[in-house]
Amino acid sequence: MDFGSINPVVLLASLMVASTPILLAALGEMVTEKSGVLNLGVEGMMIFGAVCGFIAAIETQSPTMGFVAAAAGGAALSMLFGLLTQIFLTTQVPAGLALTLLGTGLASLLGQNYQGMSPPRMPDMNIPVLENIPVIGPVIFQHDAIVYLSLIMVVVIWAFLKFTRAGLILRAVGENHTAAHALGYKVKAVRFAAIGFGGAMAGLGGAYISLVRVPQWTDGITAGIGWIALAIVVFASWRAGRVLIGAYLFGGITVLQLNLQAAGAKVPVELLSMSPFLATILVLVVISARRHGATSAPAMLGRIFHTS
Amino acid sequence: MTKLLKVVGLTREYPGVRANDDVSFSIGTGEVHALLGENGAGKSTLVKMIYGLEKPDAGFMKLRGGSYAPPNPQAARAAGVAMVFQHFSLFEALNVAENVALGMENPPKMRELAASIREVSENYGLPLDPDRIVGDLSAGERQRVEIIRCLLQDPKLLIMDEPTSVLTPQEVEILFKTLRKLQSEGTSILYISHKLEEIRALCDGATILRLGKVVGICDPKTTTAREMAEMMVGQTLHVPTREGGEAGEVLLDVQGLNFVPSNPFGTRLKDVSLRLRAGEVLGIGGVAGNGQDELLSVLSGEAKTGRGSVIFDGQDVSHMGPNARRRIGLLAAPEERLGHAAAPNMSLTENTALTATIRKKLSKNNFLNWKKTETFASEIIKDFDVRTPGPGSAARSLSGGNLQKFVIGREVLQAPKVFVVNQPTWGVDASAAAAIRQALLDLAAKGAGVIVISQDLDELMEISDHFAALNEGTLTAPRVAKGLTVDEIGLMMGGAHDMEVAG
Repeated sequence: MDFGSINPVVLLASLMVASTPILLAALGEMVTEKSGVLNLGVEGMMIFGAVCGFIAAIETQSPTMGFVAAAAGGAALSMLFGLLTQIFLTTQVPAGLALTLLGTGLASLLGQNYQGMSPPRMPDMNIPVLENIPVIGPVIFQHDAIVYLSLIMVVVIWAFLKFTRAGLILRAVGENHTAAHALGYKVKAVRFAAIGFGGAMAGLGGAYISLVRVPQWTDGITAGIGWIALAIVVFASWRAGRVLIGAYLFGGITVLQLNLQAAGAKVPVELLSMSPFLATILVLVVISARRHGATSAPAMLGRIFHTS
Repeated sequence: MTKLLKVVGLTREYPGVRANDDVSFSIGTGEVHALLGENGAGKSTLVKMIYGLEKPDAGFMKLRGGSYAPPNPQAARAAGVAMVFQHFSLFEALNVAENVALGMENPPKMRELAASIREVSENYGLPLDPDRIVGDLSAGERQRVEIIRCLLQDPKLLIMDEPTSVLTPQEVEILFKTLRKLQSEGTSILYISHKLEEIRALCDGATILRLGKVVGICDPKTTTAREMAEMMVGQTLHVPTREGGEAGEVLLDVQGLNFVPSNPFGTRLKDVSLRLRAGEVLGIGGVAGNGQDELLSVLSGEAKTGRGSVIFDGQDVSHMGPNARRRIGLLAAPEERLGHAAAPNMSLTENTALTATIRKKLSKNNFLNWKKTETFASEIIKDFDVRTPGPGSAARSLSGGNLQKFVIGREVLQAPKVFVVNQPTWGVDASAAAAIRQALLDLAAKGAGVIVISQDLDELMEISDHFAALNEGTLTAPRVAKGLTVDEIGLMMGGAHDMEVAG
């Protein structure tokens, strides 16, 4: 085994790339759940965003257009979920599962003719001055715009929920929809907006996989990242900062185990491939075992709102 | 007095019910006007229309002479109409200031808002800390949050929906002082209640509703409570009678019981002790949220407690679940009818099977005998005068009062040795409530022990032999109910924590 082949700077830099899709999807889902809606269709919206972004990027030869199309695609698919759960009042869990099945199938269908193509490269956006700091520069300040966007979104979402009136209303709807309705807030409109935002963020995350991380189109490209994003929201107790930690923890272990595999570590490959999931589950259990850990969930999570 | 709000001919129809039928009344500036009626008389619908939550099918309203038809609550608030809800309008996980901000159109910055909450709350004698999480507040404090949310908007008309149903007598006094102060400043108050003595003490005028129609207008200061009650009910009231049985041996013995609920907003029970004898009715009062649900759950077996903490008929049952306790005769009926006492989408027959299978032997080799179950369900419907097409109807299709009669009847007809019930007559009209109380008294007369947990003090005084009160999870020592004064009850109920120096 040759640990010398693992360059810590490259490792850390690729950690950020590996974590970005999870971070984007988890942040979106967190906002959706804060409004009291449990959308289990993250995986479906991600893969649908991945294929939309891939096609748009190939056709326009612009990665930016790819990401725009991905966000629009994810949001569009999430609106179907919104229609089912908010207008037709179906139960949210099966609706979300159905959304995943639908998204996966649609993505396979749309992506058929795009297998094996390579998308235009997303240019790096190095931050002047900061990029030259040794170690920290290459790790943090030499990435593409989406990586920075995901980090900025952590702060934006935290501030939005904590300081703005719209954020307060969103949380209020998730805590007690009957009361919010009684005070005259439009519960369904708020939830539609939150679902759409979650869809757009999942779409962006998906496209980051197909346009930057892999970058290619193959069936099932998201490989369960959407489910991990869902789990991370819970383990992060619905807090933006902890979502960041969770996403980077999972992304980090994924990259590390890949490097260990490449370096020929004498651990069964299956065990290494399992390790990110095991570690995430472990942390999840430890956090929820603490009192108030699991109970910080929005009180109306997954409940159907009837106007009466 | 000039008229502030005039309501003319309001009508609102729901599928199958005419909730309001040609309702007219008016409120003067600085007047405290009572809206009186049984549950289901249409008070809530009327108020929802005034507050912009519902739109009338016919009729119109005038506010200060101009036409007034708020499309939503925001418009109502902008016009100077504010409302304190009975429940359902606070967000437990948010703090006081955030809750207040949600009820305002253009809230100031959080820091300024916190300062004005402090100022207004001190001014009106309702001290409140803006940084506290609402889930940790008592029922009385929560109501303060709602009142202050309204006051910060300087309302012309304040609507209060049964504000005292969750308060101790002392807290009611504080609230009335606040309301009188508001009145003297020219604010009109629309006061909804069915507590007649309060209305006599506070209100200048009253409109009485029955089945969606105005059936009378009176001056509560000169009308007796009985006259108002009979207008409300439309018949002479039947008061339950006590046949009176001698208290027998101890059936239920709870000593030093401690219990931590799994719900973080629940109330922890601390060192609860009580003793219930055969033939006795023990009334447990207290403001909602002081441990009533938790006490019921440890007695019914939904929650298990330390060994030896609950002794039933000489047997330690503290580790037994609800079915094991039912088998030996300890039955309970929880407060929440839909979803706790009954499964909403299941038929009455199925709901009967849920609790009565063991004691009524409705199954054989784990196969249910539906015929026998339906017979028993029909028996409950007949004996308790449950108004429903038949035992095949879904529980949710019954009105609250009828379902309550069914839920109580289902347990009472299983001949329990001890019956624990929480809020037996909540949301039930006066004649049905009287029937339920009579059934509880009859049960005790036949030698069962009955624990009635309720927030209705009049009810408890009417049927209890002994009275105890829950206050923040502790139970006062039971006292003989006869001859207790309102002040004593208030102190037991935990006005005490404000009055420790005096008391």
